[in-house]
Amino acid sequence: MEFSLPLIIDWTIAFLLGSCIVGIIRIIIGPSTADRLTALNLVGSQVIALLVVTAFRAGSPVYLDVAMVYSVFGFLGVLAITRYLSNRSKSK
Amino acid sequence: MNWAALVFFILGVFFALTGHLGLLKAPDVFTRLQTSSTCSTTSVLSILIACMLLSGISPFTGKVAAITIFFIITNPVATHIIARYAWEEGIVPWRRQK
Repeated sequence: MEFSLPLIIDWTIAFLLGSCIVGIIRIIIGPSTADRLTALNLVGSQVIALLVVTAFRAGSPVYLDVAMVYSVFGFLGVLAITRYLSNRSKSK
Repeated sequence: MNWAALVFFILGVFFALTGHLGLLKAPDVFTRLQTSSTCSTTSVLSILIACMLLSGISPFTGKVAAITIFFIITNPVATHIIARYAWEEGIVPWRRQK
């Protein structure tokens, strides 16, 4: 049984886009800030996988640099947001 | 090589599906953190391993390996930071109603 590889890569990209939409729903309806941060972390990791699969499909390694920078700034963003919010709640 | 990559793609899609189901249906911040963190780490790892298997030995594989090592270090650390923030905010962990 044969399978076509570009079709599977296309379906993976479509699935990752749909799962990003699910994460954005949790960001919108999340009751607390920690819920929104959790969903933001999840969407960031899915976008890294999406960028790597897109780089393989397009055949250009430029997307890999974008994925590297995106992962670094996603981690720093979570760190900065939690540090800022915990300082604000302590000074109250 | 293609069949191994297909298996890893299917594993990644399955783990991402369970992680997002847990993100939508779990009752609390900590349970959502558990499901989404473990499942997103394993799913992204599986998809990156599939891309590395497909491209063979090339500079592409080296870049993807660098992204994989960085991601496997930083994602649990970010989850721990979020959990500590939620604990310090005073959120009570969810218990099953008796």
